[in-house]
Amino acid sequence: MAFYDTDIEQLHAALVNKQVSASELTKAAFDQIKATDDQVQAFLALNEEAALKQAAAIDQAGIKDDQLLAGIPLAVKDNIVTKGLTTTAASKMLANFKPVYDATVVEKLAAAGVINVGKTNLDEFAMGSSTENSAFQTTKNPWDLTRVPGGSSGGSAAAVAAGDVLAALGTDTGGSIRQPASFTGVVGMKPTYGRVSRWGIIAFGSSFDQVGWLSRSVKDNAYLLEAIAGRDEHDLTSAKKEVPHFAANLAKADVKGLKIAVPKEYFGEGIDADVKEVVEAALKHYESLGAIIDEVSMPHTKYGIPAYYILASSEASSNLQRYDGIRYGFRAEDVKNLEDVYVRTRSEGFGAEVKRRIMLGTFSLSAGSYDAYFAKAAKVRRLIADDFTKVLADHDLIMGPTAVSTAFKVGEESSDPNKMYLNDLLTVTANMAGLPGMSIPAGFSKQNGLPVGLQIIGKAFDEQAVYDAGYVFEQTTDFHKQTPRLGGQN
Amino acid sequence: MAEKLGREAAKHVAELAKLSFTDQELDQFVPQLEETMHLFDDLQQMDTTGVEPMYSPTTEVNGMREDVAEKSGQKEALLQNAPETKNGLIKVPAIIDESED
Repeated sequence: MAFYDTDIEQLHAALVNKQVSASELTKAAFDQIKATDDQVQAFLALNEEAALKQAAAIDQAGIKDDQLLAGIPLAVKDNIVTKGLTTTAASKMLANFKPVYDATVVEKLAAAGVINVGKTNLDEFAMGSSTENSAFQTTKNPWDLTRVPGGSSGGSAAAVAAGDVLAALGTDTGGSIRQPASFTGVVGMKPTYGRVSRWGIIAFGSSFDQVGWLSRSVKDNAYLLEAIAGRDEHDLTSAKKEVPHFAANLAKADVKGLKIAVPKEYFGEGIDADVKEVVEAALKHYESLGAIIDEVSMPHTKYGIPAYYILASSEASSNLQRYDGIRYGFRAEDVKNLEDVYVRTRSEGFGAEVKRRIMLGTFSLSAGSYDAYFAKAAKVRRLIADDFTKVLADHDLIMGPTAVSTAFKVGEESSDPNKMYLNDLLTVTANMAGLPGMSIPAGFSKQNGLPVGLQIIGKAFDEQAVYDAGYVFEQTTDFHKQTPRLGGQN
Repeated sequence: MAEKLGREAAKHVAELAKLSFTDQELDQFVPQLEETMHLFDDLQQMDTTGVEPMYSPTTEVNGMREDVAEKSGQKEALLQNAPETKNGLIKVPAIIDESED
């Protein structure tokens, strides 16, 4: 059974009424994975034995009305640590790494009775926009197996699009939840920086990284964010803010009179015409529902890419210093001395893109370059954040395309890292400012029939407004109900 | 700005980052890095006089908590992740280079 025409509420009701058991749902997930994953290659590891055992225990105990997520099979991106279950970040460096603890988000899900079916593929250490940078496999887009699913959470996006699970955890440093959601026609929410604990997330850019969900529907996403959000003493950047009942509040969602800002820079150079066409139609749809569409300017948008690649690479070069071949992970063979352990281990253990980012970051932070690069980029980050503050002072939300194009072909951009970086043009700025952003299915390209995402960006800690607008769109359109015909091209 | 990184400077940065590249790898990497740095040059033309740098979006500062041991006593599991162990300790090569003189 593919997890397509259902949602968390329906599955929960069926579980409570004993129309289906957690064991049956879990088996269904593995059956679907086995039917699709030879082609899609979304998963790096399956957690079959433990998942079925957990499901049996949940069935034994019985599922009560208030245990909404108990017995629901979901998947986890492989840069989120899972106790005893290999966590690789899709890197040779961590190919055999078995964490001794669960990430806070994983701990919360386990406590809620969620069943983790397995770990999904990504670009190595979440650096990339196609999953082609994985050291192990390239995930394919279920809509067209010759195309990428986006990245870095491409495995999670493809697993949801293939109907393997209703939702999968992702991480987003510069667009890594939203861009794959756009490419695969699913919902992807990057919450406000600080909304979700980063404890147990393999660090990339610590002032940008956030955990969130890729899901089939906005409401499922809202339920699932509630389950993982909140202050965590293990991550002191997690916010001491109350977590709203995002999903229940959707009952009051309305876009009449909603003030939507549309930055003209989001429709400028470098954005494909077929993407613009779909997004413009989506904005017209909001207008027809009573929203007020207002064209604005966010003049620093174009500086997002250079500033982001300086700052995120700098943080990455610092975070990835820990991979030294001493305490855990890969160690190069036949090393002569300690320096050799470090250099050979890192040179053999990291892939090309990770090395490029470490080089960019180390350069930007080095004496003589710090002021001109790192400090300069941090100032530009402020200007980008100020653009958002100004526009959101008199608008409820900002909308535009999520990605500059639809899913591109496998191999099309992987030889040119600089072309690959431009994919993040429309997503990095929300990470720079720490704001919540969500991609929802907005329609299909008239050129190639592939999904196109609409990006909705909100005020800090106002995920509710983002979900509300996405939910209203979903309730009044049926793009999210379209599913790929795996095996055949669309 | 727009000064090129160059091969020698790239080797220096690699040393700082504890990475090494073959000549062939440098042939590929240096032009790629230079092209990325060319993107960075867009920033140099911007006037950022008086702009406060933003290093993080968080507003949380100096969170305090009790320093208590949690999830401890996992020595065995931790050691299983080590590349080489001996007598319950992590084994590393000699720190002093014994390959020469």
